[in-house]
Formats: sequence, C-alpha cells, structure tokens
Amino acid sequence: MNAHARTRAIAWPRRLVHVALIALALVFLVMFLVLPLATVFVEAFDQGVKPYLAAIVQPEALSAIRLTLLVAVIAVPLNLVFGVAAAWAMTRFAFRGKALLGAIIDLPFSVSPVVSGLVYVLLFGAQGWFGPWLDQHGIKIIFAVPGLVLATMFVTLPFVARELIPLMQAQGSEEEEAARVLGASAWQMFFRVTLPNIRWALLYGVLLCNARAMGEFGAVSVVSGHIRGLTTTMPLEVEMRYNEYDYVGAFAVASLLALLALLTLAVKTLLEWRYGDEIPRTRPVDTRKRHGT
Amino acid sequence: MKKIILRLLAALGVACGGVVFAKDVSLLNVSYDPTRELYRDINTAFAAQWKSQHGDNVTIQMSHGGSGKQARSVVEGLPADVVTLALAYDIDAIAERGLLAKDWQKRLPDNASPYTSTIVFLVRKGNPKGIKDWPDLVRSGVKVITPNPKSSGGARWNFLAAWGYALKQPGGNEDKAKAYVSELFKHVPVLDTGARGATNTFAQRGIGDVLIAWENEALLAQRQLGNNAFEIVVPSITILAEPPVAVVDSNADKHGTRDIAQAYVQFLYSPQAQEIAAKNFYRPRSADMAARYASQFPATHTFTIQEVFGDWHQAQAKFFKDGALFDQLVEGE
Repeated sequence: MNAHARTRAIAWPRRLVHVALIALALVFLVMFLVLPLATVFVEAFDQGVKPYLAAIVQPEALSAIRLTLLVAVIAVPLNLVFGVAAAWAMTRFAFRGKALLGAIIDLPFSVSPVVSGLVYVLLFGAQGWFGPWLDQHGIKIIFAVPGLVLATMFVTLPFVARELIPLMQAQGSEEEEAARVLGASAWQMFFRVTLPNIRWALLYGVLLCNARAMGEFGAVSVVSGHIRGLTTTMPLEVEMRYNEYDYVGAFAVASLLALLALLTLAVKTLLEWRYGDEIPRTRPVDTRKRHGT
Repeated sequence: MKKIILRLLAALGVACGGVVFAKDVSLLNVSYDPTRELYRDINTAFAAQWKSQHGDNVTIQMSHGGSGKQARSVVEGLPADVVTLALAYDIDAIAERGLLAKDWQKRLPDNASPYTSTIVFLVRKGNPKGIKDWPDLVRSGVKVITPNPKSSGGARWNFLAAWGYALKQPGGNEDKAKAYVSELFKHVPVLDTGARGATNTFAQRGIGDVLIAWENEALLAQRQLGNNAFEIVVPSITILAEPPVAVVDSNADKHGTRDIAQAYVQFLYSPQAQEIAAKNFYRPRSADMAARYASQFPATHTFTIQEVFGDWHQAQAKFFKDGALFDQLVEGE
C-alpha cells in the first residue's frame, strides 16, 4: 500500500467523525438553546402583537423593568470597582491569605443562590443578627431595594475579577513598572497603562456580570418579599404571571429578558468585529495561547 | 446654598399641602397563592369606597406565595399591615413573635374568616377514570396531584380532608385513616410546593387523573383554562376550609395605618365584598349571598378542623411537624 492510499484510507473515517461531531453539536444547540428561546417568543406572540404590547406596558411590568435596571445599575458598577481592585491585589501583590481571597471570590459560584439570599435574611431580617438595630433606625434592607442589590451583588461578584485575574497574571507588571520609572503617578499609570491593557477583559466581565444581574432569580426571590410593583424584578414577574395563568404576559416579560441577553451578545459580537485586531492583545484566552506556544 | 434651602422649603410646602387635601395611603396585604384574583377585585372596590368616604387615595400592595412561606417572611420583617393566609396556624406563627395579639381570631366574626372554601376534586373532561368519591382516588391506575403539605397550606387542608373522610366511615379509626392516607400518597407522582404549582402541573402539563384542590382554585382553573377541559367532582364529605385574615398590630401601628387596615379587614364582611368573594369562587359567609350563589357551590357535608382534629396546633404537631405522620408516610414508601 503506498502512502497516498493510506492517507485516503485514514481521511474517510476522519471526515465521518468530523461530520458526526458537528451534527451532534448542532442538534444539541438547537435542542437546548434555539428551541427554548424560540418557544419564549412563540408563546409571547401566541395571541398576536397587541396582547403582547398590552402585557408589557402594564404598570407592574414597567415597574419590574425599572427595578431590574436600577438593581443592575447599582450592582454592576460596584462589582466593577471591586473586581478591578481584587484582581489588582491578587496579581500585583504577594500577601498572606492570597489563596483564601481567591477562594472567597469564587464562593458565589459554588454556593446556591437561594442560600446566599437566605444568608442576607439571617443577617438583616427582623429576627436576624442586625435586624433589631436596623429596625430601630428605620433602615430597610430585606424586602426592599437594598436587599435586592446586595443579593445581586453577591451572585455576580466573581464575574469581573475572574475575567481579569488570568489576563493580568499573564501580562505581568513590567509595563506598569516602566511607567512609574518614567515618572507617572499611580493614577496616571492606572489609567494610561493598566486600564488600556485590560479593557477588553473588563468589558467582557461587565457584560457577563450585567447579564447575570438582570436574570438572577433564586437569591432575589428569597429577599424580595414579592410585593407587586415594588420589589418584583423581571424574573420574579415572569414567575408571578405564569402562576396567574397569564401565559402571554409571563412569556412577554420573559421575551424582554431574552432580548436583553441577545442585546448583550450583539454588543459583544459587534465590539469583537469592530475592534477585532486589538482584542487578541488584551484577551486572556489569546494571551494564554501566546504563552503556550 | 440659599437656593437649595429655598428649594427644600418649597418641596416641604408641596408635601404638606398634599396632606391637607388628600392623603396617599398605602397598605400591604400579604396573602397566599390562590387569592390573587380575589384581592385584585377587593382592592379596587375598597379603594373606591375609602376614597368616597374619606377622600384619601389608598393603594393596596399585594404579596402572594405559599402560606407558610409568607408567614415566615412577615416574621422576618416583611412589613405587612394585613395578612390574609390559608390557615390559622400560619397567623398564629406570626402572633407567637408578638407582631399581633394572640387572640386575633376572636377580633373578627366567624373565626376571622370572611369567606370559606372546601376541598374538591378536579378531573379531566368526561371523568374518564370515573372518580366520584375519596375511595376512587386509591384505585389502581389512578394518579393524584396534590401539593406538599410541608410547604403548602392548601395541601394541609387536602391531607386533613382525606384523613377526616377515612375517620368518619363506618368502623373508621386512626389506623384505617392512616392506611387510607398512606395509600393515597402512593398515588401521587409529583408533590408541588404550592397549590397554584399543583394546578399548573395538572392542567398545563397534563400530569395525573385527579387534582385535589381548593374549590375556589378548581373553579378558577375551570374558567381560566376553559373550553370545558375539566370537571369538578364534590366528594360525599369534605373539610370546611376557613382562610383567616388579621391586622398585623405592630406593623400597622408603626406605619400609622391601623384605622385603614381595620376598615379593610372589616370591609371583607360587607355585602359588596361578599359578592366579590362569591364571584371569585369563595363561599361567602353571608347567608344572603350564599343563597344567591347557591348554584355555584353544591351542597356537601363538611366537617371543621375543630370537630375532628381539635385545632391547628394539634393537627400540625400530629401530622406535619418534622418527623411527624406525614414524614413517616413518605419515608415508609
């Protein structure tokens, strides 16, 4: 058997494996992502466009949308600041308990959101540790907006830091040291050297953080108290409407959530496409590849 | 600086001026799952009445969920002015924490339950399994849907109704009741956490042959999910469910809403509210209204929780506490 024939003999099963794998991936994608997503929109428009729009402009739905955005607008910037600070500490300094800090940052990934919600109830609820003190001073946390923000911050805490740490580790601190040696102040160094270097990873982290913040159900459900029009976010509103036999309404609000997610995806893709040539330098995945080869 | 102070004064003036003309009052009613539609109508009627009598705008906010969970939330600080829950035990739990007087159930007529309901069966159109009474639920091949009594108030009523039926049969005793209920739960494929979840499981997802449910929930499902897809079967004997209401004293006092909260729970006994209750498939207490809606609520033999079980505390301790009879039944399977 000559060499040419041998490669052809190998090529056939290989192509078969190729096709089979791609088909499998496609079937999975369609079954578990595309179909459910399509169902949301099909159900939402089940009775036409008018009922769909009517369901969305109801005051409860509007207040749920407002609250969801408000919670995200507070929680995401705070987590951005925390994420950058944590990543900075983890990658630029050596200190005792660093491994512990890393583990704590990951904690929200491993703890069930329901448990994290309950923790806040146990801390700030009327029977909780700080409950009586808060009550005396008229401060409301649980069953009010602060509780929703806290619970959301807890579950979205790791997103920014986890996106930044590998990148900043790979980049090292040479450029920053050079900036300092050349006379830059600490803030100048941060804004002119560090931030431009991490901006793509930061953006990815923020987008993911935001998507999760808007979609969070479990933790928020525990601390919300489900007061209609007051402490109900969009995911809770979806559940409520489903429970009220208002299927069009439930799926209409769900479709808005899905649209927000698709919008996030679109923004990400657009940025990748527009600034594609810059991204490789500042994306953790690609830096890892660079170091690997 | 001067400007800011002036502006603040102006804002204060506007705020005070508002108080003189018409107050905006808000009230939080923490309720259980199936009352969503009922209180939507009640709240509209009450707000209109209050506005015409006092000139104030009242907004009633609602929170719905499993009865036990809602009581827990009020204990944890959910600022309910009024609670309207599925069973007295849950309001007792709030009273135990000192949020309202322990004798709350005596402060309003009829055990503080302005409306009642019973436990009935919802079956699929044409009643293909021929369900007529409690014994039919434990025939082989019949699948029963009922929520989990550990988390759902409605499910506890279901459980007690089944127990009471078995107990009241000729020659019935505790052992026979236990055997019947144990057999019944062997026919339950899904235990949802709440009454509405169980209805959705039965009606939307098409699981099971019969749903044990509140009468109001069954009638509502029949109307909402319509097209004559379901039929209601009223068993020969069932329990009289009395969902109670109460003003949460300490919260109402803190918010300065005691008067309006009191007026709100009393309004539930008014002819107008009794009619709204009947229209939302709750059995009205007023004999007048009950007579007018008699065709909607077939007569049936009912027993109360006091007659068969003493009171909710005894029932809770005997059946639903951790490690009590229900846990034993489920583990025994």
